[in-house]
Amino acid sequence: MIEIQDLTKYYGSTLAIWRLNFAIADGEIVGFLGPNAAGKTTTLKILAGYMPPTSGTATINGYDCLTQPLEVRGSLGYLPENVPLYRDLEVSQFLRFAAQAKGVDSRKQKPEIDRVLADCGLENVRHTLIASLSKGYRQRLGLAQALLNRPPLLILDEPTIGLDPSQIVEIRQLIKELAGEHTVFLSTHILPEVSQLCRRVIIINRGQIVASDTPANLTRELGESSRLAMVIKGPEDKIVATLKALSGIKEVTARGNGHYLLEVEKGQELRPTLARQVVQAGWELLELKAQEFTLEDVFLNLVTEESEAEDKAA
Amino acid sequence: MSGCLAVWRKELVVYFSTPIFYLTGTFFLLLGGYFFFSNVAYYNLLSLQASQNPYLASQLNALQMVFRPLFGTLAVVFLFLVPLVTMRLFAEEKRAGTAELLFTYPLTDWGVILGKFLAALLIYGLLLAVTLIYALLMAWITTIDWGQIFTGYLGLFLLGAAFLALGLFSSTLTENQIIAAVISFGLLLLFWVIGWYEELGPLGWQGFFKYISLMSHFETFSRGIIDTRDLLYYFMVIYFFLFLTKRQLESRRWRG
Repeated sequence: MIEIQDLTKYYGSTLAIWRLNFAIADGEIVGFLGPNAAGKTTTLKILAGYMPPTSGTATINGYDCLTQPLEVRGSLGYLPENVPLYRDLEVSQFLRFAAQAKGVDSRKQKPEIDRVLADCGLENVRHTLIASLSKGYRQRLGLAQALLNRPPLLILDEPTIGLDPSQIVEIRQLIKELAGEHTVFLSTHILPEVSQLCRRVIIINRGQIVASDTPANLTRELGESSRLAMVIKGPEDKIVATLKALSGIKEVTARGNGHYLLEVEKGQELRPTLARQVVQAGWELLELKAQEFTLEDVFLNLVTEESEAEDKAA
Repeated sequence: MSGCLAVWRKELVVYFSTPIFYLTGTFFLLLGGYFFFSNVAYYNLLSLQASQNPYLASQLNALQMVFRPLFGTLAVVFLFLVPLVTMRLFAEEKRAGTAELLFTYPLTDWGVILGKFLAALLIYGLLLAVTLIYALLMAWITTIDWGQIFTGYLGLFLLGAAFLALGLFSSTLTENQIIAAVISFGLLLLFWVIGWYEELGPLGWQGFFKYISLMSHFETFSRGIIDTRDLLYYFMVIYFFLFLTKRQLESRRWRG
């Protein structure tokens, strides 16, 4: 569906993205993750045909985003960052315009508008002026216009930003439901969103791709230098000394209140040994569990590793 | 040309739902009515004097003395009002960010430009059409030559269309509506007066300045004459500014 090759964009002399390469297959939901100013929006704008790349190519459905903009725009629904809308129009007037602009057949316009209004929960604001809509409704309206004419590809730039928690849940649910008939490429800097919605994540930092995989694989990879969390009732100094003495334990940190964090060598199952040791010493074992890594850890790891490496190089 | 109709309809909805159209229309009709009234009053005064002066009586002509000056003043009023009609067209899209929607819909640049231009032209045509009441009023009290009236209106319509094309272009240059209005007003005024000092222009260029002046071509229409050279001039000006608008929109693709 999407193919990007060596995509590079400079704003004047400022580098925004540098030689991006990735592809997205039909029907995928892919999250585009990165800190602010990493180049997410730039990439999406180029894909939507709004801006030309400095070099490299981007194609959607086999159409080049630069040289065949009409074909590209015809096959995508785009929700720009900050959801720009015509404030002077009513919701239904705006959707009518969007439907006409997207070339929806005049007889099919009404049912098509009704469909997206229903899908996005906008029926009760159909005749409200956009200027007086709340942020949540505006976001949904932005999504509704993108859905008109059932485009095969949806490009959503931070679809849940600025919404309250219950609205975020609603929008995510909506995006999940869309997954069946559309390919979805969404950018965000909210990590749980990605693990909930996407089957694949592309992480970008300072204009370059630093990782591209499923959320599960990414966390597993990092999870290999496993960590264990324990809660033990007993004398702290003795506990630290005893646990450190065991083979396979690299580091023991006491975090107070009986909580300990253990760095364990990769691929070793130390939990039974640890449990036995604690009980034998006469302390009470309250908790013992493998520390799960979240996507947040992966992200921070990748993003900070990257900048550390760069700092060293400089 | 795809999407021209969609953009045209959207722009009209926006025109009719925002105060700028109603305000512009109100002041235009107020001023137009005032000028019509004063022209008629002056004509009335001359007619009274003519009752004692046979030579003056032979010179009296309702069309020449009421409508010709009226067309001239209406043109000046439009000079002030057209920038207010066009300033929003592209500047507001840029400021509000909706340009990003507009240019990611499958619309061609010409579709967008013509949609916006024709919407503004319809608004202008509506304002102009209301002033036909003056002609009807005159027709009620005297006989008038409708051919001459309509020629004057054709001239005003073409002049306004040229103003609008220039205003549309100015609107692509900035995202601030006020600046767009100032640019179009300045350019319009310049094109209006550029023929005034034709005899002072550099040798060999006097005719050129007179030719590019918006006013000199309007003159013939207000006398009731349709000259194909003037028609051609207005069509060229309109096309020229729409073409510049297109180039300006395209430039965002190579400037990035």
